[in-house]
This record gives sequence, C-alpha cells and structure tokens, in this order.
Amino acid sequence: MSNVLVFIEQRDGKIRKASLEALTLGRALAGKTGGTLAACVAGSGVGGLVPELAAYGAAKVFVADAPELAAYSCEGYTAALDAAVAAFGPSILLVSATTMGKDVAPRLAARRKAGVLSDVMTLDVEGGRLVATRPVYSGKAKATVAPAAGAALQIATPRPNVFPAAKADTPGAGEAVAVSIGGAKIRARVVKVEAAAAGELDVAEADKIVSGGRGIKGPEHWPVLRALCHELGAALGASRAAVDAGWIDHSHQVGQTGKVVSPSLYVACGISGAIQHLAGMGSSKVIVAINKDPEAPIFKAATYGIVGDLFQIVPAMTEAAKKMKA
Amino acid sequence: MNHVVCIAYVPDTETKIRIGADGKSIDEADVKWIVSPYDEFALEEALKTKEAKGGTVTVVTYGPARADAGLRECLARGADEAVRVASEGTGEIDSLGVATILAGAVKALPHDVVWMGNKGVGTDAQLLVPMLAELLDLPHVSPVMKLEWGDGKITAHREIEGATEVVEAPLPAVIGAQKGLNEPRYASLKGIMAAKKKTITVKQPADVGYDAAAGAAVAWTKLELPAARGAVKLIPADDPNKAAEELLKLLRDEAKVL
Ligand SMILES: Cc1cc2nc3c(=O)[nH]c(=O)nc-3n(C[C@H](O)[C@H](O)[C@H](O)COP(=O)(O)OP(=O)(O)OC[C@H]3O[C@@H](n4cnc5c(N)ncnc54)[C@H](O)[C@@H]3O)c2cc1C
Ligand SMILES: Nc1ncnc2c1ncn2[C@@H]1O[C@H](COP(=O)(O)O)[C@@H](O)[C@H]1O
Repeated sequence: MSNVLVFIEQRDGKIRKASLEALTLGRALAGKTGGTLAACVAGSGVGGLVPELAAYGAAKVFVADAPELAAYSCEGYTAALDAAVAAFGPSILLVSATTMGKDVAPRLAARRKAGVLSDVMTLDVEGGRLVATRPVYSGKAKATVAPAAGAALQIATPRPNVFPAAKADTPGAGEAVAVSIGGAKIRARVVKVEAAAAGELDVAEADKIVSGGRGIKGPEHWPVLRALCHELGAALGASRAAVDAGWIDHSHQVGQTGKVVSPSLYVACGISGAIQHLAGMGSSKVIVAINKDPEAPIFKAATYGIVGDLFQIVPAMTEAAKKMKA
Repeated sequence: MNHVVCIAYVPDTETKIRIGADGKSIDEADVKWIVSPYDEFALEEALKTKEAKGGTVTVVTYGPARADAGLRECLARGADEAVRVASEGTGEIDSLGVATILAGAVKALPHDVVWMGNKGVGTDAQLLVPMLAELLDLPHVSPVMKLEWGDGKITAHREIEGATEVVEAPLPAVIGAQKGLNEPRYASLKGIMAAKKKTITVKQPADVGYDAAAGAAVAWTKLELPAARGAVKLIPADDPNKAAEELLKLLRDEAKVL
C-alpha cells in the first residue's frame, strides 16, 4: 500500500493543468497499491480549490494558506509541502516538472534526504517501488531509474503534457487539512512578475507548436508562421539560430538551452534538426518537418514531412486548416 | 566578493552515445568531454563580477581525473583556484550524493555566491541547484537569465512559463545560470600558459564529509538507445496546396492531433 501525495501548482488561484496530470497519475499509482491519494496546495486564499482536487480523486487536500505564500518562493512553498509530507507520511510524492516543480521538488528532497526521479516520461510502481524512464544525453538515450530499495520517501517529477489528466469516476472525499509553514525562512522572494506579451501562448504549456528556424530568413516573416499558429491554436517556437539572430525572444526557444516540450503536434519550419534542437522536442507525439533540404536531419525525427519551400507550404497549410474548420 | 563555481565535465552534446557493457551507463571510449555549457555562463558571470568588485573565483568539480582538463580550462579563462573531489572508487551516486559532496567542498571555501548551471548536460537532471542550496542552508534563484547587484543582495530575472519572475535574494546565495546571462569568453594564450602552472587541489569524498557506504538514493537500472521512430511519411510537394491539404487530413484522420 503506497500513500501518494501530489503537489498542486496554482498561479493566480488557477490550478495548472500539469498538476492535474500529476494528480491523475498519482491516482493510478495509489489505486494500483491500494493506497490513499492526497494533494497539497500552497498560496493565499486557495482553500476554494479543494473541490476541484476532490473531483480528480484526492481523499485529502493539505492546504497551506498564508499571506506570505501569496507570491511564489521556493523556500515558502517547500515548507508548505514539507508540512504536508510530515502530516500525511506518503511513500510517493509527485511534483509536475514545471519550472516551479523543478524548483520545489529538489529542495524538499534534500531536506528529506530523498532522491528524485527527474522529468520522467513513464512512471509505474512495482512492489511498492517506483520505476521510471527518462530521456538522457539530449534524448540520445533512455534511462530506467528507480529509488533505492526501501527508500522511505520516493519522489518523481513527471514531465508536463506527457500523462493525461482525467477526473475520477468517483470523486475523492476532499477532506481539507490545514497545514502551517510555521516560521519558515523565506529569503529569495518574487518581487515582480512580468507577463509575456498578451495573448502569447507559452511553448512549455502548449498542446501544439509551430516553430521557425534560420529558414524563415528574418523576423519580418514570423507572420507567415503566426497565421498557422492562429489557425491551429498553436504556440510559436523557434530554434536557437533564430533566437541568436535576434529575431525573437529566448522564451520561444526550444531545445537543450531552451524549453523542453512534449506537445501533441510540433511543426518544424526551416529547422535543420540539430541534436540540441531535437533534445527539446524529440518527445513530441507527432512531428511535422517542412524543409527544402531532403537531407535535413529533422526528417529522421519527423512523422510527416514535406520537402519544399516553407514560404509556399506554410501559407497553404494555413489555408487548408481554415477550410477544414469551415 | 568571493565566488565558487561548480562545474560538471560532461560528454559533448555532439558525441555519439553508445551503451556500456554494464547496460546502465554509457561507453566512455571515444567520448569527447566538455565543461557543461550552462556552467560556462556561470563561470563567465563569476569572472565578470570578480573583475568589477574584486574577490576570488574557485572552480569545483566532483569527477574523475579527466575532469582536471575542464578545471584547467576554467583556470585559463581566469579562475583563481580549482578543487576536484575525486570520484574514483565511490561507486554509484545520484544527484543527492553529488549535492552532499559539493556542499562539503563549498563549505570549506569562502563563498558569497555559489554559481552553477541551471541544468547539467548529459544527465539533464536539473536537481542540483535547489539541492545544494538546501544543504548549504542558502537561498537560490534558477534559471537566471539576467542579474543585478544590490547592497548585500541580488535581483535576478528568472524565466517561467509565459512570464519572467523578478526575484530578490540576500547574499550568500546559489545561482543557476541560464543562457542569455552573458557571452562566455575564450581563454587567452596567456591564460592558458598561466593555468598550466596552477595546482588543482584533489580531495576525497570522505574529506568533505561524504559517506560512500550510504549508497545512491536513485539508481540507473538500465540505459538503452531510444526506440527508432518509424520512417517519415513524405508528402510530395509538387502542388503546395494539395500537399498541405493532404498533410492536414493525415494530421486529423491518421495522427488524430487536430
Ligand atoms: C551547447 C549547445 C546548445 C544548443 N542549444 C540549442 C537549443 O536549445 N535549440 C536549438 O534549436 N539549437 C540549439 N543549439 C544549436 C544547434 O546546434 C543548431 O545550430 C540550431 O538548432 C540550428 O538552427 P536552425 O535549424 O534554425 O538553423 P540551420 O541549421 O541553419 O537550418 C536551417 C534550415 O532551414 C532550411 N531552409 C532554409 N530556407 C528554407 C525555406 N525557404 N523553406 C524550407 N526550409 C528552408 C535549411 O534547409 C536548413 O535545414 C545548441 C548548440 C550548442 C552547441
Ligand atoms: N559532478 C559535478 N561536479 C560539480 N558540479 C556539478 C556536477 N554535476 C552537476 N554539477 C553542477 O550542477 C548543475 C546542475 O546539474 P544537474 O542538476 O545535474 O542538472 C551543473 O550545471 C553544475 O553546475
């Protein structure tokens, strides 16, 4: 029997989809071992989120509600999660591998002297012990990883967009349990959040991405890709070559030194497919390559490909998408 | 202000990966090793800050003897001292173990700022910055793409999903460097010559308080090459409009992603 605790990330009082994916995964693990599923949420005025978490199967929700948690701090949120771990005593802790999750999980792990299965693509429990797979060496290999046998607390951070989120057939009891961060030291504090341009979908969160590389020739041509983004409801991504040329902000960069993404659809336009780019998008479910060079390595990674001029193909795709919707 | 920079010496991202005989690690023959790219941003920022404000820069790594070459490269770029905690004979170790070793090594050095890459290339674990900060009982900020210095504190810009967080932290602190922070310099010939004369302090894990008998909290039980994707389905592009329509149909009906 493995009791499972899932850290829930909220921003501005809204639960992140990635956390619901982790909660759904946690429910499967708890179900398999006959354990109890609980969630932990931290913030200020977040008690109202409990019913939604119950709908995903949480029997208990540990709520750390305090004014000092209004803005995110790793130390504050780690203290909240640590209090939930102390109160619930889970053997499995899941934290989605978002920017916040990748900040909180390792700090908590070091506090509890536990290991972390980081950024995992598959996760299962066998005889009470977690086992996971994760891409390593820029996606050129896949490692199977497991906590040491007999570990008291096993922590994993599932990659966002990889595991499905689904409500439970029978909701959990959703018993709210207040936890306190006591006099936790909070030294690093967020003093300001500068939102990205309005309406801009972030590649790390998007279910579909259309990306451009050096092949788009210059920033004046982004509208060609943006039009397709608009039709598909996709976020705009970029290769490092396009970012380094100053054509677009780094927040759009996909790859080893950019964001690691797993959308259901990734359309690479005028991108050669260097290993460092593949490291960021190789786990996408469907990859489309539009490139005029038939030898471009991106075609080796792609599900579908069109060898041709992106300035002809992409506008045609935009039109076809429009027609399909009509 | 004194700086410690933690560097990982890792396989070049271009290196071909082959699976080792044990089936759970890479075959190290013919691998080209480099200082992990993000660690170069960390070192550069430490060197720049030292040049502006004085102090020392010490580079630290946990690794085998080959990692001395990585430390020398950092010395050649301008680091003052280098420490290697030898990994030979430690056996299996995970991020928590490396963090424990680095914490022991850093504690023995003067440090106002501890610099790291936000992510180590290779294991791609992205665990060590918060882990080390916790073990040192310090605040941290990561991944940092812009940094301003205040009186005894820093203001750091951290990229999150769809926004940038501006974070203030008192010193000492641990910082995880991200691309965008700076453009790393190359070593000068003079720097390379000077680095040859410097000594690298080699310590054992036990010297920094690590008990190898504790074992790894996480084990790699298997390493394999990823399953090859099926061959690409190429759509003829003689007529761009037809090709586009065909592609969208496949995406909707076959791949079911639209
Ligand atoms: C340590 C390190 C980290 C890195 N991190 C990243 C990273 O995070 N992300 C990343 O992307 N890269 C990264 N890189 C860089 C990477 O190695 C490549 O240089 C980069 O991805 C190339 O970008 P590109 O494909 O846009 O450009 P190119 O390689 O120049 O490819 C352009 C492509 O466009 C095609 N093209 C040109 N015109 C047209 C047209 N009209 N129609 C259709 N196709 C056309 C060409 O055939 C070509 O294949 C990293 C490199 C290093 C060393
Ligand atoms: N063996 C090591 N020795 C020294 N520093 C390391 C080592 N491994 C990782 N680091 C540091 O920790 C950062 C993050 O690594 P990781 O958490 O493994 O992704 C790296 O960029 C380095 O700064």
